Parts: sequence; C-alpha cells; structure tokens
Amino acid sequence: MNAMNATELPSAPDAASSTPIFHLANVRKSYRTPEGSELVILDGVDLDLRDGEILVLLGRSGSGKSTLLRTLAGLVSATSGTTLHRGKPIDGPVPGLAMVFQSFALFPWLTVLQNVELGLEALKVPPAERRARALAAIDLIGLDGFESAYPRELSGGMRQRVGFARALVINPDVLLMDEPFSALDVLTAETLRTDLLDLWAERKIPTRGILLVSHNIEEAVLMADRIVILGSNPGRVISEMHIDLPHPRERESQQFRDLVEGIYGAMTARPTGRDAVRKQAPGIGLRLPSLSVNALAGLLEELDALEKSNANTRISLPELAEDMHFSVDDLFPLIEGVELLGFAQVEDGDIMLLPAGRTFVDGSLQERKQVFARHLIERVPLVARIRTVLDERFNHRAPDSRFLTELEDHLSEDEARRVLDTAIDWGRYAEIYAYDDNAEVFSLDNPEADLE
Amino acid sequence: MAFNFRPLALPLPNRRDLIALPLVIGMLLIIGHASRQMAVPFHLGETVALSLKPADLPEYALYTVLRMLAALAASTVFTLIYAWIAANNRYAEKIMVPLLDVLQSVPILGYLSITVTGFIALFPGSMLGLQFAVIFAVFTSQAWNMTFSLYQSLKTVPRDLTEAATLYRLGAWQRFWKLELPYAAPGLLWNAMMSMSGGWFFVVAAEALTVAGQQVSVPGIGSYIAAAIAAKNLGAIGWAILAMALVILSYDFLLFRPIVAWADKFRLDNTVSVDAPRSVVLDFLRRTRLTQRLARLPAVLWEMSVRLLPAVPLHKSPQRAPSVWGDRVFVVSMVLFTLGLIVALFLVLPRDFGWLQVGHVMLLGAFTALKVFVLVAISALIWVPVGIWVGLRPRWAAVAQPVAQFLAAFPANLLFPLVVVAIVHWHLNVNVFTAPLMILGSQWYVLFSVIGAASALPSDLREAGRNLGLRGWLLWRKLYLPAVFPGFVTGALTASGGAWNASIVAEVVSWGSHTLVATGLGAYITEATQQGQTLKVGLGVGVMALYVIAINRLVWHRLYKIAATRVRLD
Repeated sequence: MNAMNATELPSAPDAASSTPIFHLANVRKSYRTPEGSELVILDGVDLDLRDGEILVLLGRSGSGKSTLLRTLAGLVSATSGTTLHRGKPIDGPVPGLAMVFQSFALFPWLTVLQNVELGLEALKVPPAERRARALAAIDLIGLDGFESAYPRELSGGMRQRVGFARALVINPDVLLMDEPFSALDVLTAETLRTDLLDLWAERKIPTRGILLVSHNIEEAVLMADRIVILGSNPGRVISEMHIDLPHPRERESQQFRDLVEGIYGAMTARPTGRDAVRKQAPGIGLRLPSLSVNALAGLLEELDALEKSNANTRISLPELAEDMHFSVDDLFPLIEGVELLGFAQVEDGDIMLLPAGRTFVDGSLQERKQVFARHLIERVPLVARIRTVLDERFNHRAPDSRFLTELEDHLSEDEARRVLDTAIDWGRYAEIYAYDDNAEVFSLDNPEADLE
Repeated sequence: MAFNFRPLALPLPNRRDLIALPLVIGMLLIIGHASRQMAVPFHLGETVALSLKPADLPEYALYTVLRMLAALAASTVFTLIYAWIAANNRYAEKIMVPLLDVLQSVPILGYLSITVTGFIALFPGSMLGLQFAVIFAVFTSQAWNMTFSLYQSLKTVPRDLTEAATLYRLGAWQRFWKLELPYAAPGLLWNAMMSMSGGWFFVVAAEALTVAGQQVSVPGIGSYIAAAIAAKNLGAIGWAILAMALVILSYDFLLFRPIVAWADKFRLDNTVSVDAPRSVVLDFLRRTRLTQRLARLPAVLWEMSVRLLPAVPLHKSPQRAPSVWGDRVFVVSMVLFTLGLIVALFLVLPRDFGWLQVGHVMLLGAFTALKVFVLVAISALIWVPVGIWVGLRPRWAAVAQPVAQFLAAFPANLLFPLVVVAIVHWHLNVNVFTAPLMILGSQWYVLFSVIGAASALPSDLREAGRNLGLRGWLLWRKLYLPAVFPGFVTGALTASGGAWNASIVAEVVSWGSHTLVATGLGAYITEATQQGQTLKVGLGVGVMALYVIAINRLVWHRLYKIAATRVRLD
C-alpha cells in the first residue's frame, strides 16, 4: 500500500513547547430566538487538541458536541471566547482540516472516484495528479475496484470508507469525525475502527491530530488518548481523563471495564458546586425526556429482574447498558426519566429501584396508573399546572397553545413542543387529562384517576 | 511476419452509432432549415399563407415543436438564474417568491395580445417577433413552475452535504453545479417535462390570434386548425388531431421518458429502486460511442471554468447578523410601495373604466369562477371513483396512467371545433355546452393524480380493511377517499388552473362564420383582444388574476393543510 505524499513522519509530540492544534478558551455559543430569549448551546468550554493525540468528545444529545465540532471546523462561529487553530484565530473553514460525517455525506450522483476527488478539485489540483492521489487513497482505505461505483451500490461500511478516503486524500493536518461509526452495524464499525487505528499507528497518514465525537462510551475508551466528557443543556466540559492503555485495547480487561464504569459515574453524577448553581430551579420548563411510558416501565421491569438475578439492589450502569444493548443516547434519557419520576436513583455509576418503583413493577395496570399519576403530579410541574388550569376553568378545556406560550419563555419553540408532547403522553396514560389532537385542546373528559 | 497495428485515431463507430449518427445529423439539418424559415420577413397586416393540405402538416408540426423546445431552453436559463438569486439573497427572496406566486395566477393567454405587439415592435419586418411572442407565451406556462421547484430544492439541500461542500472548500460555482443543481435535478426535470406537457395547449392557442381585428398567425398546427375552422374543413381538423397525437407520443418517447430516466441518477435516496423509470432511447444512447465522446465535452468545459475561477478565500467574511436596520428599511419601503400601488389603482380604475364597468367585470369573473367550481366538482365526481377503481388494480393502472398523461398533454383546443359543430347543428345552449370545453383538457389531471394516489395506497391498510369486513360505501368513506385526498387536491388544483386558462379560449368559439360567445370573464378578455382594446384586456386579466389568487389562498391552501395534517398516510 502506498503512503500518500508523506514528507516526513511526524516526530514525537513535545507537549510543553508545541502549540496545540486547537485551543478553545471559554467558548460560548448561543442563539437568539425570534421572541428575544437567548438559548445557550455551549457555555464556557475549554478544550485543547494536541499534536499526536486522538481526542474523543463524549456526550449525550443536547451536549452541543456537534456544534463544538463545527466551531472547530470553522463552519460556525462562536458567540464569545477564544478559538485558535495553531495559534491563529478561526474565522472561516480551517485549512488542512477534513471531516467525516455520521451520515457519510457522499454526493449520490458522483462515483466513488469523483467523490474522493472532490476536495482536490476544490483545491485546484491538476486532473492527472488528482486522479493518482484519489486512486491511492481509495487503495489505502481498501476500496480498490469500486472506483466507478455509485454510493447507492455500496453498503454503509463501504460508504463510510469513501468518506474516509475523501478526508484523507487532501492530506489533512487534523481529522474531525462526527459520530462516524454510529450509523454502521456493530461488526462493520469495529472493522473500521481498527483499520483507522492501524493507519494512525503505522503513520500511513500525515494527520497530526484526530478529534472524534461520540456517544458510545466503549468506543471512546477503545480509541482515545484523552477523553473529554461534555454535559448537556447547556454543553460544557464536565471532566477529562487520560487513557494510557496500550493498543490494541481489550474490551474485557479489568482496566477497560474500570474506565468505562468511571465514565458512567462521571456522566450521571449530580452537578455539584458551581454547576449546581448554574442549573436553574426546574419549574414548568423542566425538560422531560421524550419517552413513552412503555419504555419507562420496561426499564423498571429490567431493573427488577436484574435485582433478583444478581441478588443485589445496586446495578452497575455499564451492565445495564450491555444487557439492554443500549448506547448512552438510549440509556441516559431513560435513567433521567425514572429518576425524575422518583422510581429509581442513581449513585456513583449504579442504579437502584426505589420503593415507589417496586410498587409500580409489582402492581396491576390500574395500580400502575395510580402510582404514576401521583408521582406525575408531585414531580412534574407542567402536568400539575395543566391539571390545575383545567380544574379552574368552567368548561374544563384549554388549548395547548396556552401552555406552549408559557413554555416558550423557558425553552426554544421546538423544545417546548417536544416537552408538551411528552407531558400529553404521560398525562393521558395516567388519565389525568384528555387531549384532542385535531382541535389541539386539553380537556377533562373521562378522567378516572382519583386524585387527592 | 509481425504487424504492428496502431490504433486508429478516429473512434470506431459501433452498430448503434450507425443508427444514431445519421439521425442526429439529420435532426440538426432539419432544425437549421426550419429555424431559417421561422425568420422570414413579415409585416403586420400581411396574411401568412397557410395551406390546408395534410402533406404540409409535418412541416407545421415541426415549427410547433421547435417553438416548444425554444421555450423550454429559455425557461431553463431563466430558472437557473432567478431561483439562484432568490435562494441566496434575503431581500430578493422576499420580493421574487411572492412575485412568482402572482405570476403563476395570471392567465397566460390573456396578456398575449399585449406581448404580441411588444415583440413585433422589437423585431420589425421579420416574423421573429411573432415567433417570440408565441414562445414567450409557452415560456410563461413553464418558467414559474420550474423556478418554484428549483427554488424549493435549493432551500432544502441536506445539511450534511452543504457542510461537506463548505468544509472541502467548494466555491459557489462548484457548489451550484456539483451539489445544488444535481440535488434539484429530479424535481426540476420532472417539473420541466410536466410543464412541457401542459405547454402544447398554449402553443396551439397562441399560434393564431386575432389582435385588433387582424389575424396574426405563425405557421404551425395551431394556425392550421384556425385556418381549418375558418374554412369549415372537418377533414383537415381530423388530420391535425392525428398529427398532434403523433407529435405528443414521439415527444413522450424521445424526450420525456429518457430525461426522467436519466434524472433517476440524481435521486437522493440511497437504494436502487426496483421500478426505476426506464427508457429505451436512453439505454440506446448510452451505448453509442458517439455519446460517450460527446460526454467528454462538458467535462472539458468544466475543468476550464474551474481553473478560471479565483480560489476560495481562506477566511470567509465574518457572518454578519442580519442587519436590523436594513430589514426595517426594506419592510417600510415595501409597505409604502404596496400602498402606492393600491392608491394608484383606485385612481386609475374610475378614470379609465368607471366603477360600473369594474363591477360588471367582477361579476363576470364570479360567473366564470362558478363555472370552474362546478366543472371541477363534476369531474371529481366522475373521475375520483374511476381513478380509485383503476388505481387499485395494478395492471389497469399501468395502462391507464400513461393514457391519462397523454390525454392531459393533448391540447384540448384541437377538439373544440367538433363540439362547436355539434352546438351549432343542434342549436344547443351556448353557456351550458361551452362550459365543458374548459375542463376538457384539464380533467385528466384529476384522473391521473387519483390513479397515482390509489396505487400508492399501502397494501396493509387494504388488508386490514378487508379483515375487518369493511365493504361498500363504508370502505370508500373510511379508507379510499381519505387516502387519495392529498393526490386529489393536487390534481384538482392543476385542473382548476387549467380551466381558468382555458376559459379565455373556450368562452368564444367559432366555426366558419358562426361565433359563439358565452357569458364570462374569458369571453370579455377575448372580445377585448379582438377589438384591440388594451385597457379592457388589462382590466380583465387583472380581475382574473385576483380571483385565482383569492381562490388559491382561501380554498386550496386550506385543503392542502388538511391533506398534510389530518390525512397523512405516515
């Protein structure tokens, strides 16, 4: 296999003296809604990408990690704070930077060869050289023979390989990757990961730094030299850790497992000190996770089953995730949901059922509805408010727009709609109120839950 | 002995080239000859000699087709420029998009008389002026739809593709040709072909006009028919209908299908579709060496253009937040402009027409609107059940849909004389029996939209219906009618638009020396055109546009909303 245009192999990084590839200090990104309120996506983010390292940004959806990536790439400009690329401020698409996308972002009407040549064409490389380099990149990434195929003829893994070839052919200084393996099946993702790590380790590519955004904790521990964990709403750095394990890394090794557990703990820890003050008191604008009652019930039943089989009330989160084949993005909203409703509690990376949760699991359908309704009214201010308003009005009807405008004081338009939809879903299950989707009106028709 | 054969410099033609090459060269020669014929000297007042011999029909058909193609080319260029500006400039967008909306509602044949005089003045002494007037009429029937389609596609390019384009430093030129236009291609090409189907009606109607008491016509099938009507030659009309049918069939085979099949390459969804449109002509062309050689030309041109362009700047200009003051100035000036227009209108109307006249025209408009409404309702009552019945049976649908498409493309004005003969012969009521002429051509849109919607009905819904024992009226009310409702709305909207346009030629029809005039806005406009009263034409056209826009907002937008929210199948 040919190495491409490599001038000299990158020397060992000297962290103290070399300028970091990227330096972000106190970066803040916010949008102003048409109504005038400010929505903060990133708040006070400090980040460095150093020479010769693979950095993984780990976070749930809502942590602004994609926005952060695009800020680094120069596609989006920060509202405030310092953004430097090799010491120079970022004010446009950063030269020498390539990006690999979660959805591959291949142009469907171009062949593999044309897709890979795209970046070179934009850089005005002459046709003959362009073709040679593109063919070399395709060869390197293992797609030799598919040069004249169209993306629709390729499988997901092959398409992502084309994405990699397109990125690597321009000899990027930095490689950014936005959840590049999440759209692939487990086996293909694994193959691509190891192939990429091989290329990096054998220095077949002149890239000096890789920044990967992911919501998969195991993937992060597998690939990273350093992991930065981002919290959500707004996005900010929660913690940072170095991974010193040698490659190739074993998923089953004790150190690996410990690291994964530690990360779960860090991501589910309750905010303390400065962060706790930052989080506003919930109130009506409490962001409910978009989950069906079925999903929540399923989680509680699973906890119950694990509790019984382990003979231990504390269940480790990594075990739960593995058991249910969940990634961080699937699991964390569920955990948030059951914690919010008071059915379970998370501590130090372990989760435990609370008595109310056990009542729910053991109860009949009617008993479940009653427990759910009680907790809903107690703990979700929005649901309580809807019920109060309906009780007060003489015809017991209220349009959803009335609540939407109230929510839009605290949340963006889309978030407000999403939260209200969740409240509708949960409230209907608990039979606290009814909702007419055509007329978009809440009402108290057939309320059977007996509330005190 | 060893021979060293050097490869021939010229590409060896394969079998298919032997067929394709003469055809292509022949076509070019014919087009060249015909184009020269179209620019013969002409002076207003001269009557153009038109023969009624069937043998001359192929030549006339050729002229008609050339006008259509010229209009299509002009529409394409217009679309690319207009839509690009509207999609990339906020202020332009605010003006240009509503303008498109208005332009789409103005009846095309109404202002034809005005544009004819304008174009003749542009090209004095040559027939080119007339040709351009006809081409312009067809252009307006195609350009607005295509522009809308391209504009909407430009605004909805998938975000990850635009990010990749920005990241890999594609300039605006490269981005347009490599990303935005290919993405828009399927919608745009489909729209172009459908617009062209609708355009036959206009080219036929525009080829023979009476402006200010004078016959103004260019050689073509439309003027052939006009001459046949004047000469009461039913046989000639029959030949013309046959010729038109052949023209449309060959257009469908040689242009429509290959282009739609080629556009499949640009489809965004990433699977190989099982029922991708296929075209024999496209497959044939792809296999000739000739096209393979020709295809290199765009690539060479592209390379040159890329090299000529300046490099993409490393640092983009800082993203200026939309200036609040700029916005305010813009809004204020727009409001002032609109107010000024309304005031001017209220000054002009009484002065040039008098309120009584305006009221009369509005009443005529209401009458035509009523006719359109009744006709669309009747065609719905007839064709919706038929369409559903056919659509649910795939084999019938496979035959019926192309037939309905052909009928929709066939210009109904060629059939008008037959109806007129019947009315004259049996002394039928003019108002009642000329009304169906308006919907004659456009009713087929309802049919094939409903067929399309019915054949797309998910089979599991039908099975569930059968399983639950739904039958008869209940089945139709609960399943079939709601399911085809979105498709029906689309078809009915097109049919209604077509009916308004047709009203201009359908409310005044003639046979020989008999002229039948129905009551309605179309008749008002046509008569004003024939008498050369431009002001009245302007008033009539304006009132018709007003009605169409009002009905669009009040009726069709509401129906679309219902279709989009309550009756969705996903």
